[in-house]
Amino acid sequence: MRLEPIANPSLARSLGFPALAICVTVLVASGLAAIAGGNPLQTLGLIVQGAAGSKFALLETLNRATPLIFTGLAIAVAFRAKLWNIGAEAQLYGGAIVTVILGTSALSNFGGAALPLIALGAMLAGAVVLLVPVMLKTRYGVDEVVTTLLLNFIMLLLVSYLLEGPMKDPMGMGWPKSAPLDKDLRLPRIVAGLRLHWGFGLALISAALIWFLQTRTTLGYEMRAVGFNPQAARFAGIPLNRVLVKTALLSGGLAALAGFSEVAGLKGHLSLDLSPGFGYTGIIVAMLALLHPLGVVISAIFVAGIFVGADSMSRAAQVPTYIADMLLATALLLMVLAIGLTKYRMVRG
Amino acid sequence: MTSISSGAQDIVLRLDRITKRFGALTANDAISLDLRRGEVIALLGENGAGKTTLMNILFGQYTADEGSVQVFGKPLPPGNPRAALAAGLGMVHQHFTLADNLTVLENIQLGTVPLWRFSLKGTAARAKLARLMNDFGLRVDPDALVGSLTVGERQRVEILKALYRDARILILDEPTAVLTPQESEALFDTLRRAVKAGLSVIFISHKLHEVTALSSRVLVLRHGRLVGEVATRDTDRHALAELMVGAEVTLPSVAPGLPGPALLTLRDVTTRSMGAAPGLKSVSLALRAGQITGLAGVSGNGQSALSDLISGLLTPETGALELDFAAAAWSPRAAVAAGIARIPEDRHKTGTIADFSLTENAILETYAQAPFSRNGLMNWRAAEDHTRKLIDTYDVRCPGPSGPIRQLSGGNMQKLILGRVLELGPKIVLANQPVRGLDIGAITYVHGRLLAARDAGAAVLLISEDLDEIMGLSDVIHVMSEGRLSPEFRRGALTAAELGLWMAGQGFSDAA
Repeated sequence: MRLEPIANPSLARSLGFPALAICVTVLVASGLAAIAGGNPLQTLGLIVQGAAGSKFALLETLNRATPLIFTGLAIAVAFRAKLWNIGAEAQLYGGAIVTVILGTSALSNFGGAALPLIALGAMLAGAVVLLVPVMLKTRYGVDEVVTTLLLNFIMLLLVSYLLEGPMKDPMGMGWPKSAPLDKDLRLPRIVAGLRLHWGFGLALISAALIWFLQTRTTLGYEMRAVGFNPQAARFAGIPLNRVLVKTALLSGGLAALAGFSEVAGLKGHLSLDLSPGFGYTGIIVAMLALLHPLGVVISAIFVAGIFVGADSMSRAAQVPTYIADMLLATALLLMVLAIGLTKYRMVRG
Repeated sequence: MTSISSGAQDIVLRLDRITKRFGALTANDAISLDLRRGEVIALLGENGAGKTTLMNILFGQYTADEGSVQVFGKPLPPGNPRAALAAGLGMVHQHFTLADNLTVLENIQLGTVPLWRFSLKGTAARAKLARLMNDFGLRVDPDALVGSLTVGERQRVEILKALYRDARILILDEPTAVLTPQESEALFDTLRRAVKAGLSVIFISHKLHEVTALSSRVLVLRHGRLVGEVATRDTDRHALAELMVGAEVTLPSVAPGLPGPALLTLRDVTTRSMGAAPGLKSVSLALRAGQITGLAGVSGNGQSALSDLISGLLTPETGALELDFAAAAWSPRAAVAAGIARIPEDRHKTGTIADFSLTENAILETYAQAPFSRNGLMNWRAAEDHTRKLIDTYDVRCPGPSGPIRQLSGGNMQKLILGRVLELGPKIVLANQPVRGLDIGAITYVHGRLLAARDAGAAVLLISEDLDEIMGLSDVIHVMSEGRLSPEFRRGALTAAELGLWMAGQGFSDAA
């Protein structure tokens, strides 16, 4: 068996295989639900209902999508330049730490006016967290997959230390969490009474800005050139290392915004369970979106919907929420395969 | 009719109406051919004529849409490389398929010994190899690492590999592309011996003089069709060239250039070697305005280092590169700013970005300047207008400036690269293998543009493995061997054979 590229895939091919992937994903999910002892149709129905069946459910989904849009964008930007940033989780926590430090400092006296400054500080922290492995890559050729991945654990341990030590909330009854941000420093809610906050709006704006950056700016052109063909980019005179460093600053900053938005918009404080793996899930989000910044918004909402829907389903149908992880893994694998099949055909021999 | 029946027994390979289509393109259109025992036939054709597709079908890499293959009278199952090997077909590819970190003997045994055997060192294998080397005059040290061999020696290993598997039919794809004229002669001797021993050979080439020197019959392919089959003694190079191209061929007569001052000078430049490719060894060179300087040599003898140096990718370790342009640091961008038009050796990997459109590729070197970029924003309208102009001026056949460049043929891709660099009015033109893999129409076009740049006063450096191209176009010629540069020869001062001796490393003063 060999793969032969298709020069101009037909529309049927371009849509058919992804559609098939979705169908197979649903089938697999039904099978899993049956194994777990649930009624497949009912389980899937409950997931959809839990994700989008009511205004409350929908807003909850968008809420969960917010950090995923940020980490998805961070990954999409980095991967587009072939910078393999697996450390969005670490950058997210970097942003969260700085958000709490600045948000509980003298800055809080300025109220909501300090929020942009805090966001900027958080971005800077995330950028620095990614800059370290990228400098190791450009200077000494150290593989960034390893260093960014390992930094995730280092950052988690750092957060753990901070929460047990210097940043521990004195009023926290001994729980490992930080002091809360001032009420004025919370991101306002979009709809009064519901949990959706302006972090979601910021995420949408970020996606639009990244799309503009990639298609309309000189830096975006450089990033894409470096990602598509570093050898040709270097030959043409594009400064590879400088572009990689700029990409790292942007990617790390975006991932840090996820931390900022979760702390300032949702939780109000820093704790070890701030992110249930948003940094890793961001990779799935970005891949499903084929690294397109606007696609990231859609795929983040889709992924968030499955998580939120599965949570709600498991309460109603006694099927474990792990089905969400398996559903997503299946969807990702099948989608990658389907996208490959729109571009290549299998030939015997 | 009796002669045909006796001849039929002699036929070792028969292709019958082989047809292969890729979408709308018919790569092979009902091609039939017979190969007899003990003969050499040449398969002649331009790039893209369908030679490689035909051989890939023969070796089971592709399955033909129609037609059949018979080897020694038995049908060959389609799409099965193992069956092709077992039937006695042996292929020597243009790009060698050897493992550098294994010895010659190990490479030759690779794939012939079952996986679960612990050792490859069989005395039987050694004896068989020694016998083959004797019979065919192919001398190589069986215990040498392939990585340490010269290109000519590696090719011998490839041939030995095929013979070791008892190949009765040898197919050689452009075997002389990487050899000096002397090495080519040695190869021809080997092939003549092989034929005497009863083997049959298919020799794929587009070099007419080799074809006429070696083969008994010539089959000419054009646009996937077999357009001619002639006995070699009944034809000449001119007639073959016409068959191959399908039109009268007139070789351009090149008027000599008017040399001016040196625009780029290398003084005793030495560079680091990069892996197996040697660096430059105290090379001194002057590129003069209004003159084409040809650089001959077998590939992998330091041409890449010289090309990288002038392109700005490499800096001298010792010695100096002098221009009438002061750059803070030598870099690709500084080279472009210095007025160097760079036509890279590999237009797919280095010259263009396949996922980019024509427009995005056309501004690769100038994207950061006005009008394409202002205040960090791209002006795509200006870039597209510029690309349209290049497409018109340089006759790039394409659907439009926003289409992906990967859909362009090699010739049109090269024309866009030419436009990209020549439109800047360069002082120096670095053309590294500018016509490799192009058809005759595109070759003529590229050569015309290089001559026009020369006549406009540019200093042109032409690097090529094709001695005919170097001798036809250059005003002065240097030869490179193992990183060393020969003295300058005026055009016509040396014959091809004499240049071949320099290419093989003879005549250099330092015996390094």
